[in-house]
Amino acid sequence: MSSEVIDLELGKKSIFKDKVMELLPDGGNLNLCLTCGLCSSGCPATGLEDLDPRKFLRMASLGMDDEILSSPWAWMCTMCQRCLYACPMKIDIPSLIAHVRKNWPKDKQPRGIRGSCDMALKHDTCSAMGASEEDWSFVVEDVAEEVRETQKGFETLQAPMDKEGAYFFLNQNSREPVTEPDEMVPLWKILHLAEADWTYGTKGWAAENYCMFCQDSDAWEKIVRIKAKAVDDLGCKVWLNTE
Amino acid sequence: MEHRFEIKSIIEYYAKWIRQGKLKVNSDWNKDLKIKFTTQDPCQVVRKSLGDPIAEDLRFVITSVVGEENFVDMTPNRSNNYCCGGGGGFLQSGFPEARRYYGKRKFDQIMETGATYCITPCHNCHAQIHDLSEHYEGGYHSVHLWTLICLSLGILGENERTYLGPDLAGVGL
Repeated sequence: MSSEVIDLELGKKSIFKDKVMELLPDGGNLNLCLTCGLCSSGCPATGLEDLDPRKFLRMASLGMDDEILSSPWAWMCTMCQRCLYACPMKIDIPSLIAHVRKNWPKDKQPRGIRGSCDMALKHDTCSAMGASEEDWSFVVEDVAEEVRETQKGFETLQAPMDKEGAYFFLNQNSREPVTEPDEMVPLWKILHLAEADWTYGTKGWAAENYCMFCQDSDAWEKIVRIKAKAVDDLGCKVWLNTE
Repeated sequence: MEHRFEIKSIIEYYAKWIRQGKLKVNSDWNKDLKIKFTTQDPCQVVRKSLGDPIAEDLRFVITSVVGEENFVDMTPNRSNNYCCGGGGGFLQSGFPEARRYYGKRKFDQIMETGATYCITPCHNCHAQIHDLSEHYEGGYHSVHLWTLICLSLGILGENERTYLGPDLAGVGL
């Protein structure tokens, strides 16, 4: 015996997925799902909030906009692209997720992410932990000075700041200068031994960008522009992304 | 967006500098210790941007530093690797239970290798994999590559060993 027919009441809503498809190259292939399940079987977020990538896409296809836009699952997917990598139809579910995040009102987005984005916009350092240019320069020089004084073989160790024309512009996650500055030392030693021509910048040095995670395009772009300008202003050839 | 520079991962340069002989690393320190290492391929660096070539550089650096026989890969790996659950802002999103449920798959993968250390050349991976070990009591450690490169070079200072276990705390001091 067949079960009761579910009326999806299609047509009554504007379908979120269609809007996203207009924005993605090739429409993100969002209409090509074969429901094979490779995405879901390889997704560590499968099962959270009773959802998985295939189900999420299916809900979007069925116009269940309110449900997909209100579930916290979009914040539990890390947009790691494992689903896209495994998908035989190359369906861009991560971009769908990104647009769902983008459509969350700013004041409803997870505070930790939103707050880190807002913090990064306060200084040209782009530090999500709020480190200023002065804090950053002080910590770097203070730690370097201590190494020069106490560690044999590193009496000439440098952690250059704003060195014009250096080949590498090195970025650094804020966690190091703010909470565990000694973790920067091994990296400096490696650069020292390799005789790398490198520099940090007082501006744009922070490696993180939480505005990308909350899909705030304007803030995301603003931060990337500050960072790119910092590298170009010093005339560096390579923006070296650290571990 | 216009710019005049190239973007590179430092992992590529670690590999280059070892090949050029600028970083004279070796794995002698681990010949008798036989401490086992695995690595997390960060999604952002491998699958999402630089692909398998950077994963190969990563393995070249690791095996040069800890010894070929002391490196155990997770399955799956490289571009096909699972995300650890630290990316996309998950660490800051305020869903710790969901994040650890997500990370359980990574935890099991790491435990399966039998490694005492998981090398995590990404901040989010480092924090998440460290947290997973503590939460699920895995007993493994989570370390950056820079720590091991300096350990192998005999230049890792006393204050630079926060993430090493007791087995390596005094090596090369």
